[in-house]
Amino acid sequence: MGTAVLPAADAPLVVVDRVRQLYPKGGGDVLVLDDVTLALGDDEIVSLLGRSGCGKSTLLRIIAGLMPASAGQVTIGDRTVAGPAPEVAMVFQTFALFPWLTVLENVEIGLEAQGIDPVERHKSALAAIDLIGLDGYESAYPKELSGGMRQRVGLARALVVHPKVLLMDEPFSALDVLTAETLRTDLLDLWSEGRMPISSILLVTHNIEEAVLMSDRILVFSSNPGRVVAEIAVALPQPRNRLDPAFRQLVDDIYARMTARPVSKPAEGVFPGTGIAMVLPRVSPNLHAGLMEILAAEPYRGHADLPVLASPLHMEIDDLFPVAETLQLLRFAEVAEGDIKLTEAGQRFVQLEPDGRKKLFAQHVLAYVPLAQHIRRVLDERSTHTAPVGRFRGELEDHMSEDSADQTLRAVTSWARYGEVFAYDESTGVFSLDNPS
Amino acid sequence: MAEETDGRLDWARPLGLGPTGLLPNLYDVVIFILIAAVFVGLAHGAREMMAPTSRLTLEPVTLDAGNLPEYALRTTLRMFAAIVASLLFTFVVATLAAKSRKAELVIIPALDILQSVPVLGFLTFTVVFFLGLFPQSQLGAECAAIFAIFTAQAWNMAFSFYQSLRTLPRDLDEVSRHFGLSPWLRFWRLEAPFAAPGLIWNTMMSMSGGWFFVVASEAITVGDTTVKLPGIGSWLAVAIDAKDLRAVLLAVGTMAMVILAYDQLLFRPIVAWADKFRFEQTAAQQRPRSWVYEFWRRGRVIRRLSAVMAWIGRRLSMMSNPFGRPVRKVAPAIVGRIVDFLWLPIVLAVVAYALWRIFEFVESSLGWSDVTTAFGLGLLTLVRVIVLIALASLVWVPIGVWIGLRPWAANRVQPVAQFLAAFPANVLFPVAVVAIVRFDLNPDIWLSPLMVLGTQWYILFNVIAGASAFPTDLREVSTLFRLRSWQWWRSVILPGILPYYVTGALTASGGSWNASIVAEVASWGDTKLKAAGLGAYIAGATEAGDYPRVVLGIAVMSILVVAFNRLVWRPLYRLAERRFRVN
Repeated sequence: MGTAVLPAADAPLVVVDRVRQLYPKGGGDVLVLDDVTLALGDDEIVSLLGRSGCGKSTLLRIIAGLMPASAGQVTIGDRTVAGPAPEVAMVFQTFALFPWLTVLENVEIGLEAQGIDPVERHKSALAAIDLIGLDGYESAYPKELSGGMRQRVGLARALVVHPKVLLMDEPFSALDVLTAETLRTDLLDLWSEGRMPISSILLVTHNIEEAVLMSDRILVFSSNPGRVVAEIAVALPQPRNRLDPAFRQLVDDIYARMTARPVSKPAEGVFPGTGIAMVLPRVSPNLHAGLMEILAAEPYRGHADLPVLASPLHMEIDDLFPVAETLQLLRFAEVAEGDIKLTEAGQRFVQLEPDGRKKLFAQHVLAYVPLAQHIRRVLDERSTHTAPVGRFRGELEDHMSEDSADQTLRAVTSWARYGEVFAYDESTGVFSLDNPS
Repeated sequence: MAEETDGRLDWARPLGLGPTGLLPNLYDVVIFILIAAVFVGLAHGAREMMAPTSRLTLEPVTLDAGNLPEYALRTTLRMFAAIVASLLFTFVVATLAAKSRKAELVIIPALDILQSVPVLGFLTFTVVFFLGLFPQSQLGAECAAIFAIFTAQAWNMAFSFYQSLRTLPRDLDEVSRHFGLSPWLRFWRLEAPFAAPGLIWNTMMSMSGGWFFVVASEAITVGDTTVKLPGIGSWLAVAIDAKDLRAVLLAVGTMAMVILAYDQLLFRPIVAWADKFRFEQTAAQQRPRSWVYEFWRRGRVIRRLSAVMAWIGRRLSMMSNPFGRPVRKVAPAIVGRIVDFLWLPIVLAVVAYALWRIFEFVESSLGWSDVTTAFGLGLLTLVRVIVLIALASLVWVPIGVWIGLRPWAANRVQPVAQFLAAFPANVLFPVAVVAIVRFDLNPDIWLSPLMVLGTQWYILFNVIAGASAFPTDLREVSTLFRLRSWQWWRSVILPGILPYYVTGALTASGGSWNASIVAEVASWGDTKLKAAGLGAYIAGATEAGDYPRVVLGIAVMSILVVAFNRLVWRPLYRLAERRFRVN
């Protein structure tokens, strides 16, 4: 990405210029954000769309001044961000309300920090509460409210300090489908009627439909490291209709872009790292089997469009992609261009009885998961047929963070247990070949 | 729409200008009387504390029942002075440890050790020190007693507060930084409320332990100096000298009343109030209740009064933020690194100097035979502690499980168990001693149970808590499978309550070590009973004013306690946490 497309009008509100973020760890630094450049103009809603772990939330925190960037800079107005900036206010995924303060006190907290006179503070907070549809709940405590109501408090608390830019970190992802939809619609109403005292919104999300529904522009992030891989302007008029063919087309396009294989790498390129150092997501073999069964059955018959598959299952990309991609790693399915297709082995798996499934799964785990191969080889070679987990953890941590190593080991262990490739004793931390029968 | 207006007025009403009148109601009267009584008591006690030492000789502690209420008041007051000191200590030291890595390096291990040191052994030094500090006034002895209680209370409170500060929810921390809360506002809006439940629980446990020490520290003999501060502890000492069983029983009764009042008037209201600080987003099923708190909340004038206090609090929290949003200071990295680099050598140098001083002090007056004697006696006491905790567990675990699985019983027994844990067992010692003397029993064996007399209840009420929290579905499964009873104990309930049991047993064993200093030596009039053990060794050295042996005794006991904690309790607790934590 060179320079992002700037909105036509005057100077942009927020400019993110070649921001890089590194996390230090054992064998060198991990690059989380790679030269991210973007601009946010007046009067627009921009989405940062990407999968979990792509660094989009980190970027939001850098813009908010909550953490410093390793390189590059963020400018808001004409000032470089170095610490919490008064021009932005943030809405949190977890709501982040103080459970011991009432709704009113929670909304007032930002004003209180600015040292605003209590009477004035009270008035502004009540106005924000009114605006956001919370009147009547002023003296309630957060634990008495539903998730949707809590997020409204979060929204009121952000708006009451009159920021120029509203930063929203997956604000609807902790809510149930219905509540999230209501809140989105209400927010869009307030926005289009110009009733919120803000100039623009920067929304972080992993929900493709949400991004298409709400934003004027979508910046698609890739993972490992996070960088902007596509910028999509959404020209559809508001209010948008999810069933509108143009809407569907756009969603399909974005799915395709997000599942596109990197040109230069072979299939395992979807996971960071290669060989035994591949970082694997924890996906239960039950989910693998479940997805394969659904794919094999009517109406898909072995081939499905990912967005079409996702919506009746109520799975978002963060739930669906890891299952699809591990199926691809195990050669039970192929994922490309927003489509998923069962391979011949996948078809066979679905036909088999439980024991046959386990055997087939074991073959594929041993053939296509290098770490499983490696552990099995070590166990075979040793006369005791046992090996402590620490041995492999150490090897993995040369290439990845502790958390990733842990997650990868757990993933491989769970697959190996299902296929009875090897056993693992949690209390002693030892892999072995003897399966208790 | 009348209802709606009403509801809105409730919060929007400016201070003191509500629609209801200012006439006090019944609740106001009750609360007012209680508060007034507290203030009168405080004033009286404080005046007495400042009295010159000569008063102690002119008006010695007498066994006149009319004096008992006053003595109880004085004892309680010492207790509160200590708890206030402990809270101040907690706020300062724990905050420092949480904010500064360098301070943390020193403070946290220190707290850990201090938690396990037998504080009664300190009395020797603190009495001498404080008497020297205030030579002409009773304040010296008072300070020594208060300090003794403080040393029994402060460490776990500070530790709890530190841990809360280190585990602040990340999102709330971000909100506070995002909106630029000043450190002061941040403390009152985020840190203190978040830490409140843990701190209050630990304060309550500290107070429970504190009664024991307040009784033990009022009548002190160090070498030639004998101090008897007016209080229940001194009353007890006098009663023992006079072989007055009636007076001992009176003290027991008074102590029970005091603890009951403390529980009802102070502890329960605070717990009920602090319920709102629990960090959870769902409303709880069962909330702690307290009649005093209900009175407080229902009282009209009181409510207004607390609104005024809240308003003052809010003004306070606004203070010290005259510069708008705080500007983050970025110290040059190099300076930080140099300080980091020097910090460890500085700490090590101080430790080396201290070691040298200790060595010099001990070497000049002690030989190696003293060290082996102390360790030998220490092992005797260790055996006592292990055997007694094991016995207490055998008795109380089954009973605790039985009670805990029956909610009606648990609701009734739990407060009693907590009451018994708070009750200072040393008040009961004379009764036991009378029995030992009367039946001519072997003190080496029969003095030992006194060590767990007060501490066994920690096992009971923790096991009750664990069994009450045991998930119903797991119980139902085991009923369905008709597990035989030993199998049920081994694979269902014991693993389920293990984390709770370990917590209780750890507290009980720590308390027993401390109690050994008082329990291994007992007297009734001229009759002296003594059990061979480290506690008796320390007590004897204290009475003789033999400082080197006191130091040696304390050091050996600390080593044994710390080693026992590290080698037994901690691994067990970790195992329990990892494997057996239900949910």
